[in-house]
Amino acid sequence: MAGVAGPATGSGAAGGDGDDSLYPIAVLIDELRNEDVQLRLNSIKKLSTIALALGVERTRTELLPFLTDTIYDEDEVLLALAEQLGNFTGLVGGPDFAHCLLPPLESLATVEETVVRDKAVESLRQISQEHTPVALEAHFVPLVKRLASGDWFTSRTSACGLFSVCYPRASIAVKGEIRQYFRSLCSDDTPMVRRAAASKLGEFAKVLELDSVKSEIVPLFTNLASDEQDSVRLLAVEACVSIAQLLSQDDIEALVMPTLRQAAEDKSWRVRYMVADKFSELQKAVGPKITLNDLIPAFQNLLKDCEAEVRAAAAHKVKELCENLPMEGRETMIMNQILPYIKELVSDTNQHVKSALASVIMGLSTILGKENTIEHLLPLFLAQLKDECPEVRLNIISNLDCVNEVIGIRQLSQSLLPAIVELAEDAKWRVRLAIIEYMPLLAGQLGVEFFDEKLNSLCMAWLVDHVYAIREAATNNLMKLVQKFGTEWAQNTIVPKVLVMANDPNYLHRMTTLFCINALSEACGQEITTKQMLPIVLKMAGDQVANVRFNVAKSLQKIGPILDTDALQEEVKPVLQKLGQDEDMDVKYFAQEAISAVAQRLRKLDFPVKDSEEPSAPGADKNHFLRPRGPGEDTGKVLPLISRHKETEWLEWLPRRQQRQPSLGVQVQPRDQHISCT
Amino acid sequence: MIPGLGALTQDTLWCFSQLKGTVEIGATEADIISTVEFNHTGELLATGDKGGRVVIFQREQESKNQVHRRGEYNVYSTFQSHEPEFDYLKSLEIEEKINKIRWLPQQNAAYFLLSTNDKTVKLWKVSERDKRPEGYNLKDEEGRLRDPATITTLRVPVLRPMDLMVEATPRRVFANAHTYHINSISVNSDYETYMSADDLRINLWNFEITNQSFNIVDIKPANMEELTEVITAAEFHPHHCNTFVYSSSKGTIRLCDMRASALCDRHTKFFEEPEDPSNRSFFSEIISSISDVKFSHSGRCIMTRDYLTVKVWDLNMENRPVETYQVHDYLRSKLCSLYENDCIFDKFECVWNGSDSVIMTGSYNNFFRMFDRNTKRDVTLEASRENSKPRAILKPRKVCVGGKRRKDEISVDSLDFSKKILHTAWHPSENIIAVAATNNLYIFQDKVN
Repeated sequence: MAGVAGPATGSGAAGGDGDDSLYPIAVLIDELRNEDVQLRLNSIKKLSTIALALGVERTRTELLPFLTDTIYDEDEVLLALAEQLGNFTGLVGGPDFAHCLLPPLESLATVEETVVRDKAVESLRQISQEHTPVALEAHFVPLVKRLASGDWFTSRTSACGLFSVCYPRASIAVKGEIRQYFRSLCSDDTPMVRRAAASKLGEFAKVLELDSVKSEIVPLFTNLASDEQDSVRLLAVEACVSIAQLLSQDDIEALVMPTLRQAAEDKSWRVRYMVADKFSELQKAVGPKITLNDLIPAFQNLLKDCEAEVRAAAAHKVKELCENLPMEGRETMIMNQILPYIKELVSDTNQHVKSALASVIMGLSTILGKENTIEHLLPLFLAQLKDECPEVRLNIISNLDCVNEVIGIRQLSQSLLPAIVELAEDAKWRVRLAIIEYMPLLAGQLGVEFFDEKLNSLCMAWLVDHVYAIREAATNNLMKLVQKFGTEWAQNTIVPKVLVMANDPNYLHRMTTLFCINALSEACGQEITTKQMLPIVLKMAGDQVANVRFNVAKSLQKIGPILDTDALQEEVKPVLQKLGQDEDMDVKYFAQEAISAVAQRLRKLDFPVKDSEEPSAPGADKNHFLRPRGPGEDTGKVLPLISRHKETEWLEWLPRRQQRQPSLGVQVQPRDQHISCT
Repeated sequence: MIPGLGALTQDTLWCFSQLKGTVEIGATEADIISTVEFNHTGELLATGDKGGRVVIFQREQESKNQVHRRGEYNVYSTFQSHEPEFDYLKSLEIEEKINKIRWLPQQNAAYFLLSTNDKTVKLWKVSERDKRPEGYNLKDEEGRLRDPATITTLRVPVLRPMDLMVEATPRRVFANAHTYHINSISVNSDYETYMSADDLRINLWNFEITNQSFNIVDIKPANMEELTEVITAAEFHPHHCNTFVYSSSKGTIRLCDMRASALCDRHTKFFEEPEDPSNRSFFSEIISSISDVKFSHSGRCIMTRDYLTVKVWDLNMENRPVETYQVHDYLRSKLCSLYENDCIFDKFECVWNGSDSVIMTGSYNNFFRMFDRNTKRDVTLEASRENSKPRAILKPRKVCVGGKRRKDEISVDSLDFSKKILHTAWHPSENIIAVAATNNLYIFQDKVN
């Protein structure tokens, strides 16, 4: 038993290569069962390396049997294994031996963790394509049957996903069997299996002969659609889409519609919700005629459903439904059959319903055209702009562009302004944040005049909001506005107001000036930056609050690239050097960072800089040590003897580990040590 | 008919089978059993205790040559399910006590159960392992490192049989969804969801999703001073995935239909028995609080336990229970002292037998009661160490109320109220019961001829 890998069997790729190359592989194999999950995971991810070293024969006879029983592991290891095996055909000797991969995947297809099972099924589907038709019937189909008749429902649920890949390539007799197995899973005792079967029904129908679809799939579909479990019935709605796509209009009417009508009126709101949610797909699948006769009335009912979740789902689909109606008579139909229901929803009792509607209602204006929009939709928009729920108002405002194209935004501006102002002053900062993000869009649509008159003061007020996230968003907003309205506008309206804040008694506001400068300098260009902004920044270097001072250093680093070298050399550098001697540790640190960045820039411009001016420990290094490590990178394990690697393709994992070694030994240095080097 | 003696005995004679737990007197608080539950086949029996541990017993395979010795339950796995915690935000200690255990329907070779303390529900997997890999490349059989220079071939580990090992692994932790104490968990018949109920809210979870749950019932009033009732127990219908019931401290039961609406704050049915004004007292409200609610296996009835009675309700009759059984009516005169020593707040549970024909629930003095719904006979049995001889038949006990005490009877005044049987379980198909008496678990079986 000790001679598992006797010399005689080891005729694989690494056989004659000498000892050196074996070592890393030996490590990988041993780590397949290391106590540390990360090392196991790492080994599993390098499974192809191991297989390549073992050679195809030993992979088939030793590695795969071992893996078949390794189903006790953690989910993430099993998931990686299931994924690896999907691409393993080449490593076991090509398509002729693809069936060797079935046993480990079969055992993975029965574990309880859904993601692992799904991945195993995905890999099995992949491998099925590599089987010859003969091998498919000899190996793959029996596997599907075994899973389909397994004792536990995990294996039966996995089987559901495999029928559609083996059916098209099976012989007539086997096809009959496969259909039989699928039928029995559709009426399985456990709802889990019926759900799996229902979710694969559409996919299976697509590979079946049309006759079989009508004679076998449709009855299964009808049964599942009247299952006692809500969770099964709602999946039948999805299947409805795929099945309807396969059938002629008459067949849809006769075979699918009775079930669909029933689903739209199901006792359970979850099923009705599913119908609402899938409405556009259903509409496309059944075609325009049935849509007009059946789906529109069903949709009307969903829009006034007693459950708010259903109404919200239906409201979401209003625009898509209208878009997909046939052009001929579309307008009349929307006006007569849909709009009355929408009007009701505008004053719904549930805010989710209203906000769902608000997110799509603006889209109707392009469909209905200018006159209808002004006459019928505008009152609705205005009503929603005054809604008590901020989300509703936000959704309207965020979709203004649709209306702008059709009627121009001016129509709305009377109501728009109070709505915006109210949102801008909402007590919830998340609401304020949301409206800020729409400001550039609004500014573009309303034009600079309107903006200056009505909205500019709001934008400035946000700069002194008491929530940092708002101040931050407000600075970004200014940058976008400058991009939109140009530098001249910035110089006249924004920059003076921002710079005044540099004298504010509140240091947070003074810092906001710096943040604004960081954001605006690039958009404003060299002239404004040098003439108007730089003096203010430099002046603030003498601020009494350390936070302001180190932000000065940061700002100088940020605007450095925009300034010309004269300004850098004569104005910026002295100030930074002074900050570099600051009593505060953080100020010194950031000044040092800025000095090195400025020095680099000056050097690039062929300005000779003395070596001594450049700090010996640049900030980049610090970042390197502080870099957050991804999982699996820092396992705390140092491999000895690793330098002996060869330039073999399957040793690519080595350099990374080597790199990591030195950093493991080095502690992160405290910041002032960097500084002391200068 | 003499109540007690002879009741149930025509078809069932109960005899002692096993006693689990420490035998020494003076067990620690942590050893007190807080829940008992058979799995769906009855092959496994789980108990949870105040120390946060779960112990699972497995029934031995019955051997053919020992007819009278039927499958006994032996320890299969023991694990620490919950640890004591401290909520730093609310300055609250969270006990590790296991409030409820519920088994999931078996889905593969492993077993799964939900266990909950006051705040956190956990999904546990209990699985067997009987193989282990052997053979390293860098180490020899004794674990000594090999000289890398001597490695000339690669070896792939092989799996060899080993002694059976049972592992319990936490698969999911469903936390941070309950502000109040969780009193019930119940698995839905759709196999993909379960609910957890606390004093004021019921949440619906998907087994696969731990960071999201849906609140389906919320009875918290806007002003907590207006609070008049709390949720005491909740359970899903055994077959209809859309139906569940919850009981309240006011003695009422609400049945909700999840099909009707996403939020089930409005009930579909409301079960309440009109109060008898002649029985009204200071304690009426306390003793009418429901401590447990259980659907029958058939799903046609629900059973509720309040302090003095067990009631069976027909799902189609909301205005009164179809059956009411007195568990220990002799305590009605002692409510004052039971209030003084807090016993009046004890939460007794109740169970159905496999065919829904018999009901079992606990009482004081280590007595437990069974009611035969067909014959209307009842019996009081005692879980005591004195009776714990193998296959000893349990003698029915009787509590005497009046002054004249017959032999074998025990007077109300000598009942030991510190010995209470709160948690019991009945095998899903056989006459095997598990009765938790403080820190001991008694298993009784019916006598086979």
